[in-house]
Amino acid sequence: MSSTTDLRRTPLYERHLAAGARVVPFAGWEMPVQYAGVKEEHLAVRSGCGVFDVSHMGEIRTHGPQAAEFLQRILSNDVDRLVVGGAQYSVLCLEDGGVIDDLFTYRLADDVYLTVTNASNHVKDLAWFGRWAQDYDVTVEDAFDEFAMLAVQGPDARRIASQVLGHELPLRFQTGGAIWNDADVLVAGTGYTGEDGVELLVPPAAAPALWDALLEAGAVPIGLGARDTLRMEACFHLYGNDLSEDRDPIGAGLGWACKESTGFVGSEAVAKARKDGSPHGEKLVPFRFTDKGIPRGGNTVVDGGTVTSGTFSPSLGVGIGMAYVPVERSDLGTPLQIDVRGRVRPAEVATKPLYQRPS
Amino acid sequence: MADASYPEDLKYHPEHDWARIDGDVATFGITWFAQDALGEVVFFDAPDVGSTVTKDESYAEVESVKAVSDVIAPLSGEVVEVNPALEDSPESINESSYEDGWMIKVRLSDPSQVDALLDQAAYVASLD
Repeated sequence: MSSTTDLRRTPLYERHLAAGARVVPFAGWEMPVQYAGVKEEHLAVRSGCGVFDVSHMGEIRTHGPQAAEFLQRILSNDVDRLVVGGAQYSVLCLEDGGVIDDLFTYRLADDVYLTVTNASNHVKDLAWFGRWAQDYDVTVEDAFDEFAMLAVQGPDARRIASQVLGHELPLRFQTGGAIWNDADVLVAGTGYTGEDGVELLVPPAAAPALWDALLEAGAVPIGLGARDTLRMEACFHLYGNDLSEDRDPIGAGLGWACKESTGFVGSEAVAKARKDGSPHGEKLVPFRFTDKGIPRGGNTVVDGGTVTSGTFSPSLGVGIGMAYVPVERSDLGTPLQIDVRGRVRPAEVATKPLYQRPS
Repeated sequence: MADASYPEDLKYHPEHDWARIDGDVATFGITWFAQDALGEVVFFDAPDVGSTVTKDESYAEVESVKAVSDVIAPLSGEVVEVNPALEDSPESINESSYEDGWMIKVRLSDPSQVDALLDQAAYVASLD
């Protein structure tokens, strides 16, 4: 057993224990990995509504007269196209195009933006923001401690969240505000499951009562285990697995979130990768097993390539994952052989997303 | 999932495996503790009938949605039967870890190894 003394707890820690969670260390936090079971929770999100404590995610507030110009300089997407009340996905690149983090930025007012960071990257991101902010009339603030974050996801998520908040919800990739129990709630039409839903950023003190109200209204608590299987079915990247400082956004399939004409840090390297291919000659593809077995991150692809994420898909009933493979073997339907701890399993390059919600 | 239980008629290995001894044939499986730690089992990768298993070494892999674990042989011998139902219903390992969720039957090469296994009381005490 590892020591848990220096791990942080979210304001919902007691709620997780009360809901029967198995709590594990994750990115410096004690987080619920599962409650009823990964498979059951996964299917609950696909068929109804789940609520996730994602308070370990960080926030950086950027404000000031040159906030837009500054963010345009470091974020890969075109920040000019981010309107007040909008949400935009982008990556943060090193000069050589390596990915520092992938993140959503919300524009809260003309010159106020909030960027959501991955827990394990928050400190690094904040330092990167601070380094480039020196050239601009802008203030960068660590807003980590100001927010707890709950994701409400699934086909019933909007109905349940709007009922609890007593407020209309923003559309997908938009944000809005609500007052709940005298607390300001920032509502974002975003998520990490491939389902419709919202993410709620609230003052930590308000989080436990909001959690209770969401459960009362029918949302089911979902742990990090199902969060991971849900995002893999949706082919969303997990930083540290599918993205890293050694991989560029083009190879990772995130070219759509890069607008090199804005001149962002790393844009020259990204433009080169887009034109000539990634430096390592590989591309991230989703795949599914065509027979038995379950792939895991770190498995190797026979004849070149590496699995970066893998699991058993509760929705599809087969092994699925994402792998970096040589570009010439990245086309849809290409057969792959994946070495799962010494046993070679057949797979094929599949369509993204791996799971498509019924329309 | 069933409540915690550890039948008295079984022998236990400290790596959370059980053996049901019937003459020179033993049935193997994993304990309630092991299946609970693993979570819902979605895949059991069985050894071939006729292969040999060695006490204290892995003979199969069992996977939940989130992780893979080796299954350790409590005794040595030759695999004479593999539970065919686990291919389609690996969840039996969770729901019925001592009955429907049995994994393999082994003809023991050295039945005296049984003496080194834990009885129910000693195994349960080891879980604290």
